[in-house]
Amino acid sequence: MIQWLAEPGLTHFLIVSAILFSLGLMAILSKRNVIMVLMGVELILNSANINMIAFSRFTDLGLDGQMIGLFVIIIAAAEAAVALAIVLNIYNRFRSINLDEISLLKG
Amino acid sequence: MEFSIFGIGILTWLVFVPIVGMIIILMLPDKNRNAIRWTAAGATGIQVILAAVIFAIFDRSKLGINDAESFQFIEKYSWITVEAVPWVGRIEINYFLGLDGLSVLMVILTSLIALIGVISSWNIQKMVKGYFALYLLLVTGMMGVFVALDFFLFFIFWEVMLLPMYFLIGLWGGPRREYAAIKFFLYTFVGGILMLLTMLALYFSVAYTDPATGQSVHTFNILHMMNPANYVEGGLLAGVDTTWRYVAWMALFINFAIKIPLFPFHTWLPDAHVEAPTPISVILAGILLKLGTYGLLRINFPIFPDATIYFIYFMAVLAMISIIYGALCAMAQDDFKKLIAYSSISHMGIVVLGIAALNTQGMVGGVLQMFNHGIITAVLFLAVGVLYDRTKKRGLYDFGGIANQMPKYTGLAMIGMFAALGLPGLNGFVSELFSFLGAFEAYKWITIISVTGIIITAAYILWTIQRVFLGKTPEKMSDLSDLTLREYLAFVPLIILIVLLGVYPAPAIELMNASLSHLVEFMNSGG
Amino acid sequence: MFTQIPLTILLLPLLGFILLIFFGKKLPRQGDWLASGLMLLALIFSLVLLITKLTSYPGETISTSFEWAVVGEQTISFGIMIDNLAAIMLVVVTLVSTLVHYFSMGYMKEDVRYSRYFAYLGFFSFSMLGIVLTNNILLMYIFWELVGVSSYLLIGHWYEKKSASNAANKAFIVNRIGDFGMFIGIMILFFSFSTFAFESIFDSIAAGQLPFGSTGWLTAAGVLIFCGAIGKSAQFPLHVWLPDAMEGPTPVSALIHAATMVAAGVYLVARVFPMLTADALLIIAYIGAITALIAATIAITQFDIKKVLAYSTISQLGYMIMALGVGAYTAGFMHLVTHAAFKAGLFLGAGSVIFAMHKVLHDMHDHHTDAQDIRNMGGLKSKMPVTYWTFLIFTLAISGIPLTSGFLSKDEILAGTLAFSTLNGHWLLPLIGFLVAGLTAFYMFRLLILTFHGRPSDEKRISAIQESPYVMTIPLVVLAALSLFVFYSFNPFGASSGWFYAAMERPLSIVPEMLQPASGAVFYEAVSSVHTPAMILSILIALGGIFIALAVYHWKKISAEDLSRKAGVLYSGSANKWYFDDFYNKVFVGGLFLVNKSMKWFDDNIIDGIVNGSAVVTQGFSAISGWIDDNIVDGLVNATATTADRAGGLLSKIQTGKVQTYLVYIFFSVLVLFVLFI
Repeated sequence: MIQWLAEPGLTHFLIVSAILFSLGLMAILSKRNVIMVLMGVELILNSANINMIAFSRFTDLGLDGQMIGLFVIIIAAAEAAVALAIVLNIYNRFRSINLDEISLLKG
Repeated sequence: MEFSIFGIGILTWLVFVPIVGMIIILMLPDKNRNAIRWTAAGATGIQVILAAVIFAIFDRSKLGINDAESFQFIEKYSWITVEAVPWVGRIEINYFLGLDGLSVLMVILTSLIALIGVISSWNIQKMVKGYFALYLLLVTGMMGVFVALDFFLFFIFWEVMLLPMYFLIGLWGGPRREYAAIKFFLYTFVGGILMLLTMLALYFSVAYTDPATGQSVHTFNILHMMNPANYVEGGLLAGVDTTWRYVAWMALFINFAIKIPLFPFHTWLPDAHVEAPTPISVILAGILLKLGTYGLLRINFPIFPDATIYFIYFMAVLAMISIIYGALCAMAQDDFKKLIAYSSISHMGIVVLGIAALNTQGMVGGVLQMFNHGIITAVLFLAVGVLYDRTKKRGLYDFGGIANQMPKYTGLAMIGMFAALGLPGLNGFVSELFSFLGAFEAYKWITIISVTGIIITAAYILWTIQRVFLGKTPEKMSDLSDLTLREYLAFVPLIILIVLLGVYPAPAIELMNASLSHLVEFMNSGG
Repeated sequence: MFTQIPLTILLLPLLGFILLIFFGKKLPRQGDWLASGLMLLALIFSLVLLITKLTSYPGETISTSFEWAVVGEQTISFGIMIDNLAAIMLVVVTLVSTLVHYFSMGYMKEDVRYSRYFAYLGFFSFSMLGIVLTNNILLMYIFWELVGVSSYLLIGHWYEKKSASNAANKAFIVNRIGDFGMFIGIMILFFSFSTFAFESIFDSIAAGQLPFGSTGWLTAAGVLIFCGAIGKSAQFPLHVWLPDAMEGPTPVSALIHAATMVAAGVYLVARVFPMLTADALLIIAYIGAITALIAATIAITQFDIKKVLAYSTISQLGYMIMALGVGAYTAGFMHLVTHAAFKAGLFLGAGSVIFAMHKVLHDMHDHHTDAQDIRNMGGLKSKMPVTYWTFLIFTLAISGIPLTSGFLSKDEILAGTLAFSTLNGHWLLPLIGFLVAGLTAFYMFRLLILTFHGRPSDEKRISAIQESPYVMTIPLVVLAALSLFVFYSFNPFGASSGWFYAAMERPLSIVPEMLQPASGAVFYEAVSSVHTPAMILSILIALGGIFIALAVYHWKKISAEDLSRKAGVLYSGSANKWYFDDFYNKVFVGGLFLVNKSMKWFDDNIIDGIVNGSAVVTQGFSAISGWIDDNIVDGLVNATATTADRAGGLLSKIQTGKVQTYLVYIFFSVLVLFVLFI
């Protein structure tokens, strides 16, 4: 067990990434606040990044994984900017960023 | 005879100037009522000028009727041509206009009455733009029918008239306008369908050989339909005195009889007249009714001479019934407009009696009666309109002593009334005279019975004059103003024509004499 | 000469009409001088024409024509024809018209439509002259109707009165009935001979052509044309309009309804005389005789001064017609001329009396007394001497007393009927002729006595009566002079030697020989053999009539009341005009209205009922097919739609609109898929 803990391998990273993904998912599904939901999205993206880099390190994927990780970071930055702009607009429109109150598409 | 302006023939101008006017009116703003009115007056005014030109240069000696060469102001362009349709061959529909002695008087009448109608429409206040736009469309339709020589074109113009008339009665009419408009529409539409069927039957039965290509071509050309040699072997309407030819004749006859209107197809007329606004009544009685008799002469007679002669006695009897029956019904009316409507039935009966005589006097009398009746009823409806504008009443018993109130109006209206009564020296007499003279040659007893109609006519007209113009003035009618300048403008040209043609009808008769003589000859040799 | 002058004569009154209609009110004196002056000019021209005609071209017929219209191959020409008949008639018309114009200046002075009145007089004169001058039966028909309409306008001159406009309508419509026959006659002639001109028609008949190839139709054509005369000359059975026409101003009655227009019928018969067959003439003679008798018997019981004169006019017209019918052509036409003078005079005299009565009644503010009822007059002789003496001359003339013009013509007519009966055995005609002569003398003297002699009905009223002004009395004097024999024949006891007989020779009959009446020569021989007895008899009968009238009304030897009571049915029949008007009103007018109303009902309910019924039936069908469409065809379509709609409703519950809910769905779906497929 100690041995397993002392020698971090691919599995460890994947486990961390899975935990991170689950936390992100929980935030997205349960938080009322849009900002929190966005932060959940960031967590999920970063869990994916961890996966990419771990695969880059422990398999023969090579630098490609790191490149994709970098790419994801850039995309995440852009996404955050767009998403915040949308949030700002939602706030202007509804005077609220509570997702429960924003249900125009209710059937 | 050719006459064109900017390379476009005079008849096209005549037919489409109102359409141009209509487009201009549609582009004008709603508010600018006077511009709309003046545009309409301008368009119809141009028509009158063109008609005057036609009157001046029309060659009185040319025959027309069935001979394309002797028509005048001809315009013939290929309009719709479809090559090599299975079974049918080449389809050809032409834009074919022309004038002969039969139509020239009607064209003059139409342009004149259309202008008078615009003048008397001047005080229409409701939806002026729509009114005049529809009015001009109506004028185009009527003018088109009188000059079209292609059956398809004829039919299109015929149906073009229908819609504006429906709306003009249905929107601008009196209290029961919807009922009247629908009645008018349905009656005419039923006739239109009968005509459409006959037209198609004729189309498939008639084919002429194109001299250029040697092809056998089906055609809607009315003149080709008059030539027995053009009928396809085994075609539905080929031959002489076949049942199908009788059926086709009857279908067309019913269509035209509805328009004339002949007993028993007449009941739309009183309703339409009573509900229609004054200028529309003027148009309706002045021109629209003539389309029926014109159609008989242009289509029924020369295309089916055999069937015409077969049914001619029937026609004369219907005419006789219309004359007497219309006069009797007119006498029983309390409503001024209804009275004139029934008198129209009676007077149009004289037209039919005249043309049913199948001799020149009768034909000339009949066609002249079409023209004269158009002018006379226009005057009568204008006269009713003048009173209605001032008092909002039309009942014959509502009036009295108008002669004291409005002496000048009374004078003019009474000339119109006396013309309707057939007083010699006024135009109605001349045409009635020739109609009866011609008819007497063909049907002694029918004519003698019909002539009693003029006694009844005298009775109801004089009785009307007595009730409306003579007697003491009721108190509620004590301050009526005499005619305005605009009303004079509408009345005076018609009154002048009434007197002129009554004293010296030769200018009108010589326009049509050659053509109608030719038609009589054609009928009697072809049947 | 014979084109321009007649045309000028014809157009002068028309010019007056046009000027007065348009400018009448603006002219000084409302233009009466213009109308009268033009008429006087026409009179002068007519006299010149007559004298030239009789002196230079005595036996000729001069006609000119111009083309009116060409129909087919046929040319219809109108024109002017001057023969002695036309030339004499021209003078009669223009003369009476001129005098009536001047008389009207006084009589109509206060009228509201003064200039209109003169305009219509001009229009009438124009139309009447047209009848006289035309060479053509169609043109004659045209003017025939035009005099009808001017008569209509003048009868209805005081159209505020219902009775006036009723009378005008009646006159026109009754005339139209006669004209209907005339029109058919014209059609027969035109159909047979393709011409309207008298001369051409006569030529064709003379050449042996017959309408429809039958002699019966020739007679029919003659009788039908005579129908026009029945209407216009108020012959039985269409005489009913003339008494009512007295609603018009009295000078109008004198001009139109006594002297000229009503005589147009006689003129027409004279015009077409050559083409009338013996049968047609016999019918004409009997119609005239019946008319003369009926009207004379009605006249003896009337109390309205104008009504008496109206019936006497009808009676005298009957005489003229009868004369033409028996072949006494010249006598009939001569009676027209003499009658025109004395009857116009009688009417103008009556007008003068009525004028005076009106004035007095008006001054007395008496609006109930009838100014025309002879019972309200009496004793006017001394108050209105000129009117009285002229009236006396006219009365003598109409009664047929020697030295008057009436004697000359009436005597010849009676001799003619007597001669006719000796030739053909129709003894009823002379019997009626002589009877009517006696009746005429009786009722005319009754009128004269009741009006001018005897005790005044109301002293105050009658003493205020004044003689009419000169403008009214001078025409009376002129007409009185013309009622003397000298103007027609220098022999006071026989007209046949005078210029009139010389100028107006009876035209030869041109119908086929077997249809001809007794020829002129035979007839005149018979006339000359009975002339003297007829003359003596007629004088005696006239004097007898006068004597009875004097006995009853002047000397009061016989009570008029007793007489009327004894006459019983005869009296009430006469006083009620033999119930002609009631009969016509009930049967024809009532019948016509019944027919009208039933036709209207038929039109509104049956014909329109069929139309509306077919609409209702169509609507019913459309309702049924509409129901089918709505419930069955559309039902299926709607069922589909409803199912889809319901399903959608259920499913839409899932759509909460909350992003996170959707995400949960996605999450669990992925989980499920994960479990299922991996």
